[in-house]
Amino acid sequence: MIEVSHLTKRYGSRVAVEDLTFTVDKGVVWGFLGPNGAGKSTTMNILAGCLAATEGKVAIGGHDIFEEPLAARRQVGYLPEQPPLYMGMTVREYLSFVARAKGVAVRDLDEQLDHAMAVTGVEEVAGRLIRNLSKGFRQRVGVAQAILGDPEVIILDEPTVGLDPLQIVEIRKLIRTLGRDHTVILSSHILSEVQAVCDRVLMIHHGRLVASGTPEELEQRFSGQVTYKVTAKAMPMEVRQALEAVPGVTSVTAEAGAEGRTEAVIAASDTGPDMDERLSFALSDRRIPVLRLEREQTSLEDVFLALAQEDAPDPAADTPRRKRRGKGEDA
Amino acid sequence: MTAIYERELDSQLNGLTGYVYGAIMLLFAGIYVMAFNLEGSPDFTSVLYSMKWIALITIPLLTMRSIAEERHQKTDQLLYSLPLGMTRIVAGKYLALVTVMAMPLAVMALYPLALNAAATAGHVALKSAYGALVGYFFLGMALTAIGLFISSLMENVGLAAGACFLVMLVLHFLTPLARFISSSGAASLIAFGVLAALFGLIFWRLTKNGLFALVLTLVLAAALGVCYALWPDSFSGLFAQVLEQLAVFDRFDNFTYDIFDIRSIVYFLSVTGVFLFLTVQAMERRRWAS
Repeated sequence: MIEVSHLTKRYGSRVAVEDLTFTVDKGVVWGFLGPNGAGKSTTMNILAGCLAATEGKVAIGGHDIFEEPLAARRQVGYLPEQPPLYMGMTVREYLSFVARAKGVAVRDLDEQLDHAMAVTGVEEVAGRLIRNLSKGFRQRVGVAQAILGDPEVIILDEPTVGLDPLQIVEIRKLIRTLGRDHTVILSSHILSEVQAVCDRVLMIHHGRLVASGTPEELEQRFSGQVTYKVTAKAMPMEVRQALEAVPGVTSVTAEAGAEGRTEAVIAASDTGPDMDERLSFALSDRRIPVLRLEREQTSLEDVFLALAQEDAPDPAADTPRRKRRGKGEDA
Repeated sequence: MTAIYERELDSQLNGLTGYVYGAIMLLFAGIYVMAFNLEGSPDFTSVLYSMKWIALITIPLLTMRSIAEERHQKTDQLLYSLPLGMTRIVAGKYLALVTVMAMPLAVMALYPLALNAAATAGHVALKSAYGALVGYFFLGMALTAIGLFISSLMENVGLAAGACFLVMLVLHFLTPLARFISSSGAASLIAFGVLAALFGLIFWRLTKNGLFALVLTLVLAAALGVCYALWPDSFSGLFAQVLEQLAVFDRFDNFTYDIFDIRSIVYFLSVTGVFLFLTVQAMERRRWAS
């Protein structure tokens, strides 16, 4: 659906996007993930035809965005980071204007408007001035204008920025709904958002594509080390000796806890599924009761932070490691 | 294009801008008609002649928001992402502005008829009155295109209005200003040299290519030097003549002398075309920002 090849955008001597190459398949929700200033908005703007690239090619539905700009733009609905809304218009007036500007035939106009408003849930505010709407509704109106003209691709640049948690959940639901009929690309710097909504992830950093795949694939690819936490009823020394003997264990720290218990943290290079069994047997062979054994998975967030820190030596150095969140949770 | 036209028209007429513009035009038209026509002369063209200066206020008022506001509110991103060529977007906006610009003129078109009906100041020559009104409309078209171009360069509406006012002021007084310039060949050469440097500066600003801008300026300066060495006499008074040619407002004067000046209409349309082209380029340049 979208083919991006060696895309580069420079602003003077500053490189915003560098040699970006990727392909986006039809009918999938893609997450474009990266820290602030990674080049997400620049890429989104180029895909939407708002910005020209310095080098490289972008084809949308087989139409080169630089050689056949109108045909390519016809296939794209775009919601920029700040929704492009005319505050003095009512929702219906605004959507009607956008639909007509996109070339929707007069006979299809009402049907398209009704559909866009129904999908985005803005029917109840159709007659209200946009300036009087809440931020959540404004965002919905922005999404509604993006889906007018029935484009194959919908590009949403940071669609949940500035929304309250309830509005974020609603917009995410809306994005998942859109994903049924369209190819959706959304950019975000919030991992939980991408995990919650996207089928596939493109990770960008310093204008370069650093990884792509499903959230699960990325976690597996980048997780070279697994951490286990064990609580056992024995002296720290005994626990450490038992665990250090297990093949694949790289380090063990054991501290005395309450009631004769020991809390141990084990770092293992072996990420195989039977590692926890081997740890458990190593302790039980020495007749040490295991009260708790927990595997701490590398989350996409860990991957993301690791990538972000690769060539930015200091700023996030002491960012705490967070546990993986389940789908649907908020940031 | 129709959608853009209607939205622009809607924004002019749903806000105060269009009405304030219309009110100023009709207020001064009324004052001048009262002063000139009701008291003595049946010459309606003198009303329009006196109303030239009002463009200093009305054109910035009319055009300031058109594109600068879109940039300020970031709604221009919608325009860039539409499957519409930039020429059609600019044309839609421009035609809407011209429509608003022409609205008070349509009301003023009734004045000669009303004056004749009232017969307070003798018979108004309808042919010359309407000829001048048509000329005034074309002058307004050219000035609106200039205002739209200035709006496309700015992100701040107030700044767009201020810059437009300054440009209108200079254009209005271009002929008297030209008379201040020494008529010697050397003065013209220096003035053209400054213009060449300014051109180079603008080129550098637009392309960010310093070397090319410098080479371009040097080539222009060298060409000027060669021309001056070959034909020194033709340079005397040349800059003032060029400035007078650029005095858009003065091109309207012939219409007030009972001359329906086709050359001036072609001139106004040319200015319109050039500035609409520049507006499209200014908008497209932002897409190609580097």
